[in-house]
Amino acid sequence: MKICVLVKEVPDAAVQKRLDPATGRMDRGGEKNLNPYDTHAIEAAMQIKEGGVVPVEEVVAVTMGPDSAVRALHKAVSLGADRSVHLTDAALSGSDVNATGYALAKVLEREQPDLVLLGQQSDDGECYTIGAVVADHLHMPSLTQVVKLDVEDGKLRCERQAEYGYDTVAVELPAVISVGDAINEPRYPSLKAIMGAKKKPLDTLSTSDAGIESARVGVEGSKAQWTAAKAPPAKQAGQIIEDEDTNETVEKIVAWLDERKLI
Amino acid sequence: MPSILVYVLHYDGAFNKNSLGAVSEGAKLASAIGGECHAIVVGDKAGLSDELCASLGGYGATKVFRAEGPEGLAQPVVDAMAQVIRAGGHGYALFGGGLLGFEIGAGLAARLDAGVAMEITAVRAEGSKLIAERPILGDSAISEIHYKGDLGIIISRLNAFEIRETGGGAAAVEDVAVEYSPWSTKATMVQRGEQRGEQVNIEDADVLVAGGRGLGKAEGFQLCEDLAGALGGAVAATRAVVDAGWYSYSAQIGQTGKSVAPKLYLAAGISGAIQHKVGMQNSENIVAINKDANAPIFEFSDLGIVGDLNKILPKLTEAVKAKKGG
Amino acid sequence: MSASNGSGAIVPAAYPPPVDSPAEFVKRELDGEDDRIEVGVAIVGGGTAGLACANRLLQLLADDPKTMERLGEVPVAVIEKAKTCGGHNLSGAVMRPGPLQELFPDMTREQWREQGFAFGEVKKEAIYLLPNGRTKIRIPPPPPQRNHGNEVISVAAMCRYMQERAEAAGAYILTETAAAKLLVEDGVVRGVRSGDKGRGKEGEPLANFEPGADVVAKATVLAEGCWGSLTGAAIREFELDEGREPMVWELGVKEVWKVKKPLDRVIHTLAGWPLKISAKYHQIGGSWIYPMKDEKTGDDLVSIGFVIDLEYADATTSAHDLLQKFKTHAMVRDILEGGERVAWGAKAIPAGGYWAMPKLSMPGAVIVGDGGGLVNLAALKGVNYAIQSGIYAAEAIYAAISRGESSLAAYEDAVEESFIGKDLYEVRNTRQPFSKGLIRGGPLVNLMIATKGRFPGGRWALHRNDVQPMFIGDTHKGYPKPDGSYTFDKLSSVFITGNQTRDDAPNHIRVQKHVPREVAETWRWMCPAGVYEIPEDAPEEGPVDVVVNYTNCVQCGAITAKGGRLTTPEGGDGPLYQIT
Repeated sequence: MKICVLVKEVPDAAVQKRLDPATGRMDRGGEKNLNPYDTHAIEAAMQIKEGGVVPVEEVVAVTMGPDSAVRALHKAVSLGADRSVHLTDAALSGSDVNATGYALAKVLEREQPDLVLLGQQSDDGECYTIGAVVADHLHMPSLTQVVKLDVEDGKLRCERQAEYGYDTVAVELPAVISVGDAINEPRYPSLKAIMGAKKKPLDTLSTSDAGIESARVGVEGSKAQWTAAKAPPAKQAGQIIEDEDTNETVEKIVAWLDERKLI
Repeated sequence: MPSILVYVLHYDGAFNKNSLGAVSEGAKLASAIGGECHAIVVGDKAGLSDELCASLGGYGATKVFRAEGPEGLAQPVVDAMAQVIRAGGHGYALFGGGLLGFEIGAGLAARLDAGVAMEITAVRAEGSKLIAERPILGDSAISEIHYKGDLGIIISRLNAFEIRETGGGAAAVEDVAVEYSPWSTKATMVQRGEQRGEQVNIEDADVLVAGGRGLGKAEGFQLCEDLAGALGGAVAATRAVVDAGWYSYSAQIGQTGKSVAPKLYLAAGISGAIQHKVGMQNSENIVAINKDANAPIFEFSDLGIVGDLNKILPKLTEAVKAKKGG
Repeated sequence: MSASNGSGAIVPAAYPPPVDSPAEFVKRELDGEDDRIEVGVAIVGGGTAGLACANRLLQLLADDPKTMERLGEVPVAVIEKAKTCGGHNLSGAVMRPGPLQELFPDMTREQWREQGFAFGEVKKEAIYLLPNGRTKIRIPPPPPQRNHGNEVISVAAMCRYMQERAEAAGAYILTETAAAKLLVEDGVVRGVRSGDKGRGKEGEPLANFEPGADVVAKATVLAEGCWGSLTGAAIREFELDEGREPMVWELGVKEVWKVKKPLDRVIHTLAGWPLKISAKYHQIGGSWIYPMKDEKTGDDLVSIGFVIDLEYADATTSAHDLLQKFKTHAMVRDILEGGERVAWGAKAIPAGGYWAMPKLSMPGAVIVGDGGGLVNLAALKGVNYAIQSGIYAAEAIYAAISRGESSLAAYEDAVEESFIGKDLYEVRNTRQPFSKGLIRGGPLVNLMIATKGRFPGGRWALHRNDVQPMFIGDTHKGYPKPDGSYTFDKLSSVFITGNQTRDDAPNHIRVQKHVPREVAETWRWMCPAGVYEIPEDAPEEGPVDVVVNYTNCVQCGAITAKGGRLTTPEGGDGPLYQIT
């Protein structure tokens, strides 16, 4: 079985986010880190590999991003991936969710994986459920928010948290599965693995290498256009009650709640 | 004049309230851009009676497309919506948030090569176009999304759209025979909606009563639980009290706990330090009870009560029960 | 039952933290060859000194493939506990440019600014004495404090740049990795052991527990800065402090502000308001305000900080709150008003100077930078010495390895004979007189500075910060109430450091948990991050419990000076300073 794990570098959660005055969009400078949700995906891949139920020939980490994205790949490899693939091209800059999913799908087509794993969202909040986009382009079944994953021969048994409780879904391989952070506790890489990461094979692909049509990616190829941000409407100042007569205070609270249909 | 197709999720004979909100919003937006609001439901025909589907007219839908297909899975709905939109030429697809909404919307974007945006908190009309708004940077700024091409897909944040009964009559119900793609049927539901009682998911609660250090001791949480019970909500906790062992980690809110945005967040004995604030500042209505008039929480609460929670909470619980007619 | 020094005085040193340094921080048997990691040179700490050493070493090795080969597959490894180099670094700072120019001769100062770690050459400066919150008296800058021609920098940003250069040159930078133990075999430092990851609150291994590994090196550079955990262990192991004065510290709390109008000068204040300079309160300190022009964004920024000697006697002395109070001075308001705080942080500074410096080399290892006490407090300079000492260490190690020698003593000679040794010697007694209080000590200090250390000569003793008897005074009554937009509380300050310590991480702070109120209050007020708390229901009389909120810790190191011990936390924890 071949598992591909899609990873993304995102601004570190600790970095104070701010707007880039030039573009009006989030300033993506500063520290970047492997998207925490993706570490759960890598861990899930490793657990399948180490579980022994199905033989796994290799786990491949795949990312789309600028030069700095190789760090996310190094981290993925230090956590156990056998090799990595870096899709990078100026033409991809500014791609929206659909364009990004299309580009990644083209890279995955080359790899022909049996299972694609990824974190269900990225910390920078820009890409929810890109797994669903990738799956549609690949013509594979997909599930998101998976919190338990068992592999049997040729198929998966997944549990996920949905609107009405936990669903158990059987999925035939090949498939695209987006995992939630409740699925596992990611391991820490050993120092040896961290130091050995740079030696593992890393392929760099451009859009033409991957057969990606430039017209379908980048700013021009993106159908959702984000524009400069504005300040949110100012919140009205709240009301303060000093409790002297508790009965009276409570009456006021109940009236306030009732006014807003909260009772 | 573009029309809007709204996905409506149903379960156990009732429509999901986020979906109803989306229909209400869809109706409002459709009239603003000069089009119609249509709904689409996918599932077992047995659970989707004519009356049930037509009732969506009461929220402003003029037509409801009904497709027979697997329930609780996203990809079949992508097939259904793609087919309806290709035939009907809808300009926008609207979803009320939630797991399926995200999954379907994303898949639909791929299928119809359309722009999609998620976590939308507001939508406005400009001529015959819709523009979506989304908070970024921890809600300190609002970004706008404009759509290029024939279809724009809008997926809202949970609870973003208000449910509005328009008083409209029954909607027309139209059955659609969907050609499901080969991969849509490769996922099969084995068991749906299993309840697991142990941990209440505070992220889904409409009402949260949160307790902090001001409760004084672990037993203080009984006051929160009583009030939460009366209000029909759940109990949450700050990191300080979870660390102290007064309440379980699954209820923790804040920088390293969960983020919530309920309709009502009642904070008892919580100072409102920023590590906690970031986890609940998007709550629609924030009520705070604290004996310290200078507590930071009063700067962002909608209603603040300076007083002793040990006196106020029990009386409030009784009053709420009485008001609810108990 | 309070232990005291007989006179009834309460002294933090009487309540030592539960720590067994040799047993906990020194490992005497190396792991087997299959388990250990072999590197050429292990540099503990990716700060200004450590990265200067790494860069210089690789420059020398680039021209000498034979020696490079001797160092094996990983010639240079830097072990850094923060998420990235620079994440735990904080300083004023106005840096003398020489050493950095020597390290990177290919760069101009304009390029420093383009890279985002330098913010302008000092053209104008002023020193003030503040008699109260409204007025100021300008005094001429004593020679060591003249800053014309120096550069305002951010060490947090500079270390990020130095990390990039080192990586490009072939260094392995192991971030999020703590160095937990010193490896010592047969009286020689063999390297360090990295810290475990994935332990729980009580230190128990969790499901994803990953043990550390022995990093064995031909030479080890201890560049831990202040507070150096393994440096302390090395000093004890090899008696490197024999015949020296005890080290003492100051605590600095800093903010960076985006301001409406650019500041036109570097400002320092000495003593005066808001400190209580009487012998009883014994508050010695000062402040800085530096202009920063951010070339990348065009923003005008200001770095502002307050430093206080940890010698003080009033338990309610709080560097963070004194900074907030200092900001209410009319002069400061004029600079900051209308602006926005964009950063905050805190760090301890070694203040013992020449007589307190440990011996800087031992078999197998050397100490560079702040960890070796290479700070000139009279001139407020340390970064340039850190860089220079890193360069000397690299050169000494390179020479030794290329000649097949083992002694690294040449490094110490280089430091002593250079401007580092000269400068520090000149100001060697400028701190001790302050123990007599600012009024009596001040003039003596100025005399020493004016005579370049010649008069009065001799060696003045230092005594440890934690043997100062503490009393509960009323410094705290003067602190402003934080308004959340100009003055801030500790918690929201910690928040903006990006502190992401795991909730169930093991407690890395050692203090006795049941101590006299004076000691508990000392810790509570001193800690800029609000780690130490006294429960509300604690008794007014007698000893109290201390609650340790260690997840707030920004690893400034002050607790080690005043009765506790900061031990090595889990790698990756703590703040993520960007522009401090």
